[in-house]
Amino acid sequence: MSYSVTEPSNETKWIAGILVIGYAIITILPLLWIIATGFKSSTDAIAYPPKVLFEPTLEGYVNLFTTRTRVTESDFAALPPPTTWYETIVRDQGLIIAGPSRYGERFLNSVIIGFGSTILCMVLGTAAAYAFSRFRVPLKDDLMFFILSTRMMPPIAVAIPIFLMFRSIGLSDTHLGMILLYTAVNLSLSVWLLKGFIDEIPVEYEEAALIDGYTRFQAFIKVVLPQAAAGIASTAIFCLIFAWNEYAFAVLLTSGNAQTAPPFIPTIIGTSGKDWPAVAAGATIFLMPVMVFTILLRKHLLRGITFGAVRK
Amino acid sequence: MTSSPIEKVASATPETVARRIRGLSDRTIAWIFVGPSILLLLAVNIFPLIWTVRLSFTDFRVNRPNNEVSFVGLENYRRVLTDGDIWQTMQATAHFLIWTIVLQVLIGFALAWLINKKFRGNDLWTTIIVLPMMLSPAVVGNFWTFLYQPQIGLFNYAVTFFTGGDPAGFSMIGDVNLAPWAIVIADTWMWTPFVMLICLAGLRSIPDSIYEAAECDRASKWRQFWTLTVPMVLPFLMLAVLFRGIENFKMFDLVVQLTGGGPGNATELTSINLKREAFERWRTGYASAYAVILFVTVFGLASIYVKALNRVKQR
Repeated sequence: MSYSVTEPSNETKWIAGILVIGYAIITILPLLWIIATGFKSSTDAIAYPPKVLFEPTLEGYVNLFTTRTRVTESDFAALPPPTTWYETIVRDQGLIIAGPSRYGERFLNSVIIGFGSTILCMVLGTAAAYAFSRFRVPLKDDLMFFILSTRMMPPIAVAIPIFLMFRSIGLSDTHLGMILLYTAVNLSLSVWLLKGFIDEIPVEYEEAALIDGYTRFQAFIKVVLPQAAAGIASTAIFCLIFAWNEYAFAVLLTSGNAQTAPPFIPTIIGTSGKDWPAVAAGATIFLMPVMVFTILLRKHLLRGITFGAVRK
Repeated sequence: MTSSPIEKVASATPETVARRIRGLSDRTIAWIFVGPSILLLLAVNIFPLIWTVRLSFTDFRVNRPNNEVSFVGLENYRRVLTDGDIWQTMQATAHFLIWTIVLQVLIGFALAWLINKKFRGNDLWTTIIVLPMMLSPAVVGNFWTFLYQPQIGLFNYAVTFFTGGDPAGFSMIGDVNLAPWAIVIADTWMWTPFVMLICLAGLRSIPDSIYEAAECDRASKWRQFWTLTVPMVLPFLMLAVLFRGIENFKMFDLVVQLTGGGPGNATELTSINLKREAFERWRTGYASAYAVILFVTVFGLASIYVKALNRVKQR
């Protein structure tokens, strides 16, 4: 092996590795704790000292998806034996199932609003980004800065008029209203990122296509889009994650019908106070897809979180 | 040629449509492409902004829509700027901003510097460290209240495990003196990887040849760090601070779930305070004036900062 002055020595590497891994383990602990708590019984969850080894149970998950109620002892004794595994788990707590909880609905709302706004945002964003990248749009720099500056406003500050506006046109607490809102919020990020990706595609490809008799529109669809596919996909994941995680608008503008999971999960309570295993179960199901996406995205992560300001 | 879904859609476009578009000039296409985005942003961003400014000059209250609305001029602005609670809020926000940025810059830079030593498996560990920042702040913030529970909370247990003392003896979110630190710790846990990633990009942008030259000149490692590494990472670091500054100035979800602004108003940051005025006390006009003042402040500070950043970059 050749000697290099810039290559760190083996000892340096070892020390650096140990320190970074130590930090990684500390930083991942709260997340592991969420996952573990979801599989604990309610007594194990609040045990002292905190239990690392415990008997796993699906109690939290069952409680997450059901509402339960207490019945008198004589009624309880008179019940026929439980027929399903989840009924057994509820009966063991001395309760009976009263019906499904709202978690399923809220999760579905998150899916609908997240995907709806992401798709709309990609359609609008790709078109706008292409125009900004290839054409001489008047006031281009001002428009780009304007799009970016919409991110500086605290969401609460615009929530008042949006609340009034949605109420007057019947969009409050609807999926469509939230999809439009999240699309607008994400548009700045997606136009900014996509312009960067499209800028990197050599303009010669389109010129060749135009000479071959393609129209501008065909060239955009057949030449530019396939080449920008990776960029579009990673931008889409960023928009999806943002819409998925958004809380401020969701808590202020939705209540019954279109409420997403983030405002709902903290409100999960059991029959006696906060049901932490159920909260943790709800959080685990909700956070898991984002963890997977993050791992898929890791190459483009930096670009996404910095609005394309840092590319590599 | 492979047929991707996109190509299928394209070839399914009827001839007539294609022919009509053929006639369009680039200029028209540009407007068709940009138009919808601009319209949506005008409707959902700019129109509400103008509405906020208009409301800020009135005594309108959302919960009393039938009251007559009167124009009160700059009265709302005067009241916001002379309100004692707002200055308490600003202090809480300043404490939060300064400490999160200081901690995240120090830890983030240190981590990036260590990761850049390219030990084996550094990619995997980097990805693990990055995870918290991608998650829903509201959901994670809510769970941190569990970690911060006296006695049963993992955080209290870990702290007393190393320092001794009683895990039930302190409550991070119930104590007026500790709560501001509770939100700093949770935010630092969540967002340090952001600063780390940007610093890492900065470190990786420095060509090896510069260090080789420094080595030839017999510059010490210490000297190389301060005269090469730090100045070259500085623009990246400043960018990270800008992003964190803007984000934490409008911080809402994580903190509202963690402490709800309490105890008392010890952690009532500007966004939480604004939410109370607008959606709990329903002082719409007052809250609008407050929102305008916040926006102008962020915008002004960010503009000055970007100028400074560009000057550093040019050096």
